[in-house]
Amino acid sequence: MSQTPTGGTQEPSSTAVGGEEVVPSEARTLEVVEVREGMFGIHGSGDTTGYGGLQRPIVMPGASRRPFGGWFDDTADQLERLLGESIGDGAVESVVVDRDELTLHVRRERVPEVCQHLRDDPALRYELCTGISGVHYPHETGRELHAVYHLLSMTHNRRIRLEVAVPESDPHIASVVAVYPTADWHERETYDFFGIIFDGHPALTRILMPDDWPGHPQRKDYPLGGIPVEYKGATIPPPDERRSYS
Amino acid sequence: MSTTDFPQTGGSTDPYAQSQDTTSGPVFTVTGQDWDEVVAGVDPDANERIVVNMGPQHPSTHGVLRLILEIEGESVTEARCGIGYLHTGIEKNMEYRTWTQGVTFCTRMDYLAPMHYEAAYVLGVEKLLGITDQVPEKAQVLRVMMMEVNRISSHLVAIATGGMEIGALTVMTVGFRERELCLDVFEMFSGLRMNHAYVRPGGVALDVPEGGLDAVDRFVALMRKRLPELAALCNQNPIFKGRLKDVGYLDLAGCLALGVTGPALRSTGYDWDLRKKQPYSGYETYDFDVITRDEPDAYGRFRIRLDEMNESLRIVEQCVARLRTLEGAPVMVADKKIAWPSQLAVGPDGQGNSLEHIRHIMGESMEALIHHFKLVTEGFRVPAGQVYTSLESPRGELSCHLVSDGGTRPYRAHFRDPSFSNLQATAAMSEGGMLADVIVAIASIDPVMGGVDR
Repeated sequence: MSQTPTGGTQEPSSTAVGGEEVVPSEARTLEVVEVREGMFGIHGSGDTTGYGGLQRPIVMPGASRRPFGGWFDDTADQLERLLGESIGDGAVESVVVDRDELTLHVRRERVPEVCQHLRDDPALRYELCTGISGVHYPHETGRELHAVYHLLSMTHNRRIRLEVAVPESDPHIASVVAVYPTADWHERETYDFFGIIFDGHPALTRILMPDDWPGHPQRKDYPLGGIPVEYKGATIPPPDERRSYS
Repeated sequence: MSTTDFPQTGGSTDPYAQSQDTTSGPVFTVTGQDWDEVVAGVDPDANERIVVNMGPQHPSTHGVLRLILEIEGESVTEARCGIGYLHTGIEKNMEYRTWTQGVTFCTRMDYLAPMHYEAAYVLGVEKLLGITDQVPEKAQVLRVMMMEVNRISSHLVAIATGGMEIGALTVMTVGFRERELCLDVFEMFSGLRMNHAYVRPGGVALDVPEGGLDAVDRFVALMRKRLPELAALCNQNPIFKGRLKDVGYLDLAGCLALGVTGPALRSTGYDWDLRKKQPYSGYETYDFDVITRDEPDAYGRFRIRLDEMNESLRIVEQCVARLRTLEGAPVMVADKKIAWPSQLAVGPDGQGNSLEHIRHIMGESMEALIHHFKLVTEGFRVPAGQVYTSLESPRGELSCHLVSDGGTRPYRAHFRDPSFSNLQATAAMSEGGMLADVIVAIASIDPVMGGVDR
């Protein structure tokens, strides 16, 4: 689903990257992750307030345009110089500046190259990868799984975030262990919980869950268990089936 | 040795041991002689490598950590960690609780540094809400004070368990005795010795209790007397130094490559401390020094922890002085749509909602009751987006990556646990060393498995 700020919908233009098609992020200006209905967690009948008909799209901060402000522009310029391509048509799909934090959306097969530049260039020098985290957006068709890399430049005292989106049906990202050895366990953790496969990782195995565990527990569609109660066969429903506020 | 103890054989006539004449008498060398060759021919596994599984239940592995060691005699040729034995799915659980309830979960991650986990999470929530500047000063000072007391208690346990694992039981008893004082402070201020849920989005859960500041004063005075005891016991202790010196060596390049932060990074001489480099909660206004040493080994890390505790005491003293001037100031953000509606109080039957608040919502104001109910059951909405907040925990850089989808619950909460990253240095620190040194190396990075496995 893609929306422009005026409310019009445009066809996402897809480009083939790797095996599966990855919907390019520049096709949208707003990142709609979910559409919520109602107000108090009641769906269908039962709500006489009139709020039941309410529809609210949940929108993540969209791509920013230059100037990004402060050192964000310097980083973007330097990266454009090193990659030999401008932001938007190469390795870096888009730039998001939100809450004074810089996020670069990077194409999955170019992650090690971008990281190598970010680490080695004296003007950038992000020498520490402080972790890789995964996020699952089931509503973002074609870009369901995100791997989020957090880089820290101790030299310049700056932080930057790389975000890589892959479709659930083809969850492959090039590994950065060769650039940041510390990413080893973090990539294993992201694989364990989200099923993102990091190509080129020396030993991509489960790390926190048991080796024979089925499924990837941090995905939003992972089935949750209820709790049986020893009283007339009652159960406490799993958390995602309990009443919740929309 | 007198020559009468052994009969002079004067040659290799002894069938069990060859002897050699030296200036101080004959020296006997007991060997298997030709039996070595006989045995080698029979035993095909004469040079078999031994893989030892150490843990996950082992008194010296610093928690439920499983070490897979390949050894040759007493030396370790390969060391690998097996983790996950304490995985409880805290991050997943947080996705099904409100933003405020999340504090109760993340405080259980690293059970030795709960205040830092609460603070990292809460700083993230506040940044998402955009209320970082609205958090009252008193709450910030209380957070800093509790975090520094927590740093002392955490370092004490690091030193205590590290000592116990190498057989220095007095170090353990001294360390845990002092930690008890820290827990007393926690109990007084938060009502609980562990799992506090004290730091809340918008401020802290409780105001300073009656007589709390005097108690902290007494705590600081007592620690000033007792911490030197630990230093006197260990710093120049030849056995302690012999076990720790040059063990678990990891230089700056190794630290950066493997993502090792905290005392291990500062033991290479690099003064990386987020309290100074990227201050949060007003750390830039406190007077303290970052401790570094040029001994990137277990002994250097031990000394850094010892000195950092003294720096923490300095900060705690400054906090107490500030809190004395802030009597009666609010400890929760003024925005009633975010602030926890009730203030807790200690009544005759223990800690709970303050009677005054109960009287207000039950007897005086229907609107107050609705407000209380909505905020407690539904919680507040947090604007969509993601943030990454970091702070300096006792073990290194602790970060929290929070994603909000605009709802009343975190869409994703991920913690960058310092122990998780630091444990990756196990192989680099212990391969090629002795088996007994693996214990020292791991104790020197002080992993807490509750945080590693989350």
